[in-house]
Amino acid sequence: MDGIKLRAENLNLYFGQKQILKNINIEFPKNQVTSLIGPSGCGKSTLLRSFNRMHDLSPDARIEGKLFLDELDLYGRKNSVTDIRKRIGMVFQKPNPLPKSIYENLSYALNIHNYPKQDIPNLIEAALRESFLWDEVKDEMKKPAVKLSGGQQQRLCIARTVVLRPEVILMDEPCSALDPISTKKIEELILKLKEDFTIVIVTHNMQQAQRISNKVAFMYLGELIEYDTSDTIFKHPNNELTQRYIGGYFG
Amino acid sequence: MNTVKREQIDSLLKFAFKGAGLLTITLLGGIFFMLFANSILFFLNVPPLDFFTGSQWDPENHYSIFPLLVSTFWVALGSMLIAVPLGIFSAAYLSEMAPKKLQIVLKPIIEMLAAIPSVAIGFLGIVLVGPGLAQIFGIQNGLNALNGSILLAVMALPTIVTISEDAINAVPKSHREASLALGANKWETLFKVTIPAAFPGLIAAVMLGLGRALGETMTVLMATGNSAAIPKGFLDSVRTITATIAIEMGEVPYQTTHYYSLFAIAAILFLITLAVNFTGEFFANRLRKFHS
Ligand SMILES: Nc1ncnc2c1ncn2[C@@H]1O[C@H](COP(=O)(O)OP(=O)(O)OP(=O)(O)O)[C@@H](O)[C@H]1O
Ligand SMILES: [Mg+2]
Repeated sequence: MDGIKLRAENLNLYFGQKQILKNINIEFPKNQVTSLIGPSGCGKSTLLRSFNRMHDLSPDARIEGKLFLDELDLYGRKNSVTDIRKRIGMVFQKPNPLPKSIYENLSYALNIHNYPKQDIPNLIEAALRESFLWDEVKDEMKKPAVKLSGGQQQRLCIARTVVLRPEVILMDEPCSALDPISTKKIEELILKLKEDFTIVIVTHNMQQAQRISNKVAFMYLGELIEYDTSDTIFKHPNNELTQRYIGGYFG
Repeated sequence: MNTVKREQIDSLLKFAFKGAGLLTITLLGGIFFMLFANSILFFLNVPPLDFFTGSQWDPENHYSIFPLLVSTFWVALGSMLIAVPLGIFSAAYLSEMAPKKLQIVLKPIIEMLAAIPSVAIGFLGIVLVGPGLAQIFGIQNGLNALNGSILLAVMALPTIVTISEDAINAVPKSHREASLALGANKWETLFKVTIPAAFPGLIAAVMLGLGRALGETMTVLMATGNSAAIPKGFLDSVRTITATIAIEMGEVPYQTTHYYSLFAIAAILFLITLAVNFTGEFFANRLRKFHS
């Protein structure tokens, strides 16, 4: 499995009686950007969240099948969920900085994982630089994070994820609450981050998927319909449903 | 229905609501006025300095609020030391950890605690908690500050739990998700994210609970022994402002200094409770702003 960072095998997911994900098999290549697309409600977020075990929080969610990070069984009994979430970071649709200062939003993540005190300021600076936010916030690190603009908040959330040096970053429509300029900044950021991280992103924006992704997965009603390179999906998709979705006929 | 009739009903209702509002305000104003007018009459006879700095409450001879204040302070402090951690942790448990079913059962039970009459709680203090304390600490009499504190803690708990729970529930789910997604466990998330985010609401909860403890009369009257000396610790008998008023008001001759003195200590208690409530409201408002 060389070059495969993250994968799902025969994944079925249920909320109560309702089956949301149907026998998903998918592999995400290392250091690439993979986009998940598909109409609203088809299960993109649900699939994404199963990789960092966010469904552990909903008592009525039930998962069958296997998920792996390299060869680590993500739902293996002995594997700690906090370790997994450190290795598989997540950025949410709506920017969700903690009600703390800019600095504390990052130091919180580091303190949780017991990074040595003396390293923290440097790690924070590096992560903010990497997220193209450093120049904008370096003089006001004590400012409450909620005072930043939406785009800045989202970059802060990315920095907060990046600072832990995860292996995978999951992004659930990270630009949907942002203006075009902030969106562009985040896209550039994603393209740079893929040098160091494996990125899986959910998006409703076809241009965006085309601009940033190496591979694209099209989902429909809980099934993975087509999964291929970005070029194939957007230029000559094999499945008729994919064709129609890309062409804007439903969604 | 024709327009004239409708307008008549309209103005009638307006009048009724206005009347009810005005009546309430007048009543409150009246109480306020009576309290302070009588207090002034008291201070014409006893210099304020003696009142605040003396060391004895011994009507006819010495009127010093100091031992009563200290008693009130001890009992209230003790009750908060018990009720605040207990209340906040129960609230956190209820909203963050408890299974839904347990939550549905426990919440009304805790709220029901508020409906137990204070006389009943005072009674428990005399027959159960007091003797229990006497045995544990090897003292003769368990009617002391600690006894009062424990009982007041029980009485303040429903307020503290209910309001704290609201405050914790009001913390957006996205904060918790942010923390968990960074690899924090649920305890770290609770203590470092959820509780700090709910903090203004928790302060409001504590202040309202404290207000309840400060104003409570019957329970402390029954359970704390009512000795008017300055207490030195939680195991001393105490006599709070409220208990003093309740005990002495029935026997004091009308319009004497002693009579006025009870209004003066009531006015002081009123000011303290008012300050506590305002602080609570202030923080409760800040919480509302923070979340909207
Ligand atoms: N916690 C939950 N409990 C029950 N059902 C849920 C839960 N979360 C999601 N669902 C259901 O699962 C289905 C898939 O939801 P999901 O959020 O994964 O869709 P999505 O593809 O991300 O859609 P969108 O593009 O609108 O974000 C929906 O029908 C939704 O109602
Ligand atoms: Mg979604």
